[in-house]
Amino acid sequence: MFTSSLGKKYLMALSGLVLIGFVFVHMAGNLQILMGQEKINAYAHALQSLPMPILWGSRLFLLAAVIVHAVTAYQLVKENRRARPHSNYIETTKKAGLASLRMGLTGSILLAFIIFHLLHFTIRLIYPEYDKMMTMVGSPDSDKIHDVYTMVIAGFQHTWVSVFYVVAMFLLCGHLAHGVSSAFQSLGIRSENWRAKLELAAKAYAWVIFAGFSIVPLLVLAQNWGMIKFFNFSSGMEPLALN
Amino acid sequence: MKLFLKVWRQNDRNDEGRFETHTLDEVSEDSSFLEMMDQLNEQLLEEGTEPVVFDHDCREGICGMCSLTINGHPHGTENSTTTCQLHMRKFDDGDTITIEPFRARAFPVVKDLVVDRSAFDSITQAGGFITVRTGSAPDGNALPVPKNDSDRAMDAAACIGCGACVASCKNASAMLFTSAKAGHLNMLPQGQAEKDKRVLAMVSAMDEAGFGNCRNFGECSAACPKDISLDYIAKLNRDHIKAKIKSVFA
Repeated sequence: MFTSSLGKKYLMALSGLVLIGFVFVHMAGNLQILMGQEKINAYAHALQSLPMPILWGSRLFLLAAVIVHAVTAYQLVKENRRARPHSNYIETTKKAGLASLRMGLTGSILLAFIIFHLLHFTIRLIYPEYDKMMTMVGSPDSDKIHDVYTMVIAGFQHTWVSVFYVVAMFLLCGHLAHGVSSAFQSLGIRSENWRAKLELAAKAYAWVIFAGFSIVPLLVLAQNWGMIKFFNFSSGMEPLALN
Repeated sequence: MKLFLKVWRQNDRNDEGRFETHTLDEVSEDSSFLEMMDQLNEQLLEEGTEPVVFDHDCREGICGMCSLTINGHPHGTENSTTTCQLHMRKFDDGDTITIEPFRARAFPVVKDLVVDRSAFDSITQAGGFITVRTGSAPDGNALPVPKNDSDRAMDAAACIGCGACVASCKNASAMLFTSAKAGHLNMLPQGQAEKDKRVLAMVSAMDEAGFGNCRNFGECSAACPKDISLDYIAKLNRDHIKAKIKSVFA
């Protein structure tokens, strides 16, 4: 089923669609930080308290999607380079946009970003102090829970970390701008009547994702630079020591 | 007009190949690109050197024989135009024109600008036909075909198999050609009986020939002299999924 050239494209599209759906849910969850410490902490705690099979089932499913997407992309690129060993003296493009031409570059950086992001917040290796950030705020009972609110704000105290997050989200925006409509084409769910609308919807989706994810580090940066007072933290918060 | 030509020369498929520059005087604006190439070859013969080898046949834009990558564009920059239908009035006096063969591993260079496109034949031979005796032309309307279906089938059948789609693709993918050849039969009642078999066989012939994978850039359709739409690629993807799933349960 998945061994032919088309089969590999189906794998790219299907794993891509899983991740396309995931980033929206993740973004919507993140935005609860704008509603205050209690809300985001409670949400994060609820996710982490899901029954083991559901929590780890989802995590492994998403991990599998990333692995399938990356490994298949690597195989496709290898085949593509073999198919076109000589480039033209003058390389031209008539139709393809920058987003579609640079899927490999944006994808590779995003893979690095995903690894960094997991080490940052999920495995908590980048900042060892994260494990000490426990609070009662947002806890459903009298147990202390992870203070995600403070973790996020503290995490973005290093300007380069915030900038890396925003840049990565911009690259994600580019990756989605081509990827969303391309996934539909690879699965054969596209026609001439649909094409323009689908491409517009893909671009709109990409920008929504970019805006929704970037707003948090941008607000933290703005508050650090004294431009706004939004989050409940002192602007003199010490950046955490890196591991 | 006076032109400076940068032409690809290659003795055979094992030769590395190189560019050769020539200056051509008094090119008529009304001549076609291939007539300009003829003029170059006459000049080369007069100089006592070997003429440049290039493919051509009907010179009417319908046979699919002419090729050439002109300034990086298969069949030149004009839309919906084959090299033979490209005229020198589209160029300016004093221009330098770079002329290369269609580049793809599946299209090895035979000599100079001629490439072997028989990989396309192997795709067609795998399923681009209907295995029944067709006899003479049937009576009109004996086999009803909805107008919309016949129009779309004709649009796909307009493919002349020139290979510009492969040459324009960054991955040298043959998806536009294969989808047009499979698509026009898959949309007509005569093609239904062998639809699944056709799609599976043509896709595996395409893979075996060493073409790359489709990345949905749309370069192929933009370069296609017959404006074959990307829709046929979507349709091939769709038909292939259905055929694959059916083959699992067959």
